[in-house]
Amino acid sequence: MSRQYETVIGLEVHVELATKTKIFCGCSTSFGGAPNTHTCPVCTGMPGSLPVLNRQVVEYAMAVGIAANCEITRCLKFDRKNYFYPDNPQNYQISQLYLPICRNGYVEIETPEGIKQVRIHEIHMEEDAGKLVHDDWSDTSLVDYNRSGVPLIEIVSEPDMRSAQEVIAYLEKLRLLIQYLGASDCKLQEGSMRADVNLSVREAGAEAYGTRTEMKNLNSFRAITRAIEGESARQIELLESGRSVVQETRKWDDGKEMSYAMRSKEDAQDYRYFPDPDLVPVIISEAWIEKVRASQPEFRTEKMERYKKEYGIPDYDIGILTQSKHMADLFEETVAICPLPKKVSNWLMVETMRLLKEKNMDAQDIRYSAGNLAKLIQMVEDKEINGTIAKEVFEVMFEQDTDPEIYVEEHGLKTVTDENALNRAVEDVIAANPQTVEEYRNGKEKVLGFLVGQTMKVMKGQADPALVNRLLKEKLS
Amino acid sequence: MANVICDETMESVAILAKLALSEEEKEQARKDMERMLDYIDKLNELDTTDVEPMSHVFPVSNCFREDIVSNGDGSASLMANAPEKRENQLVVPKTI
Repeated sequence: MSRQYETVIGLEVHVELATKTKIFCGCSTSFGGAPNTHTCPVCTGMPGSLPVLNRQVVEYAMAVGIAANCEITRCLKFDRKNYFYPDNPQNYQISQLYLPICRNGYVEIETPEGIKQVRIHEIHMEEDAGKLVHDDWSDTSLVDYNRSGVPLIEIVSEPDMRSAQEVIAYLEKLRLLIQYLGASDCKLQEGSMRADVNLSVREAGAEAYGTRTEMKNLNSFRAITRAIEGESARQIELLESGRSVVQETRKWDDGKEMSYAMRSKEDAQDYRYFPDPDLVPVIISEAWIEKVRASQPEFRTEKMERYKKEYGIPDYDIGILTQSKHMADLFEETVAICPLPKKVSNWLMVETMRLLKEKNMDAQDIRYSAGNLAKLIQMVEDKEINGTIAKEVFEVMFEQDTDPEIYVEEHGLKTVTDENALNRAVEDVIAANPQTVEEYRNGKEKVLGFLVGQTMKVMKGQADPALVNRLLKEKLS
Repeated sequence: MANVICDETMESVAILAKLALSEEEKEQARKDMERMLDYIDKLNELDTTDVEPMSHVFPVSNCFREDIVSNGDGSASLMANAPEKRENQLVVPKTI
């Protein structure tokens, strides 16, 4: 009988903060600028330039720390982490080694065995590096410093997770907390949230931890799951065959779905950290902490409870709506204008989720406004348009936040309420389908659906199907 | 001269600093560094039992910037310093 193993996982999560400017200079952090157009002497490491800390970075870091039940460090400093790499123009990264802003926190995750705490060792602030684009043709790399100096927080957990599922639950929890705080959009694919996985295995019941490896370059939940499963199996196999795990950093190759060693402990970098003399200490007062604490938003759990009481919609709906703060906000704003919570929820859960998935978008990328969704729902309620047309209009609205009233008007999509026109259409359909009519009259009632469909087609979809149904029944009886 | 820096340390410091030193330069650097360490030893002779560790000379704290974009496109002066450039980016030996 083979031995039982337990996987032990700790995470280092980097999150890019949603500030308008970089951590130490007034350069923009916005995406999509031409290379190097968001740079200045500070973020390109020019001698003699002086970094000055962005207050908002401290507030976001504190807000995340408070949400994750951390102690806030009252006197903190920045340190230089020294290494040479072309994406790091100063030849050091400004980070926090000795006095990180937050320590000793935890978040709760749901597991099949119940609620579990994942402890947070620390959260520190640091700056991002530039971007290197490799050109195989000329064997060179091109450097763009637009991301250099963009603020990051690094959230370091204790080795408290035991499976890929727990890791995903932890990341989801962090993502929700941080998104609700507005501190980051936390997109793994775009790199505004990145996770390094520290993993070791040990025999079930053992006290001591095994030798761990660190895996980098994981930019989707799927990659994280695969990497954890693969690395866990690799380490168990090593131990089973009497070999030992080497402490090393491994890089995940998403295409090949395997990891390979980048560097081992022997050639581990010596970063020669020391306090950054350009940046003065930050003293955080009790009043400042309280101010940040008081401005914490309603988080998902509280929101879920309130929705249940206030809107009386099913738990399933609530679960989906609150998965993104943007979607929850949109729901609340729409209901405020158009008080039909279940109808609003349906448009969000069904049509919106379908289009998001189709277009590979995140809920936070939804562009249409609450006002326009409310108008659309009201038009269906008032029978100005039918459900099928409404879906068509919605697709346009989803793309461009089009005003549905104007769109319906301009494209002549309003339901025809002229009974004469409808009567004519119904009579034409009856005349054109004698066989079906015969079947209906002989008691095959389900063919009525076909006749309704034919009438809707004649009406170019612009009729109220319930009314068509009634008229057909009247004329056929 | 109390401190002696061995060859191995010289080697590793040179690697960390990405410096290729000639034998002559290495000896000069060794002498300089030994003197620096001696100086640190001298400072260590002071009794600092009741002195709090200090990382900054001035009693200043909480110097902040507000989160407002104040810089424009600084790439022209950056690129002026670049020995080699392409598409407004710096060209470096391929680095992965």
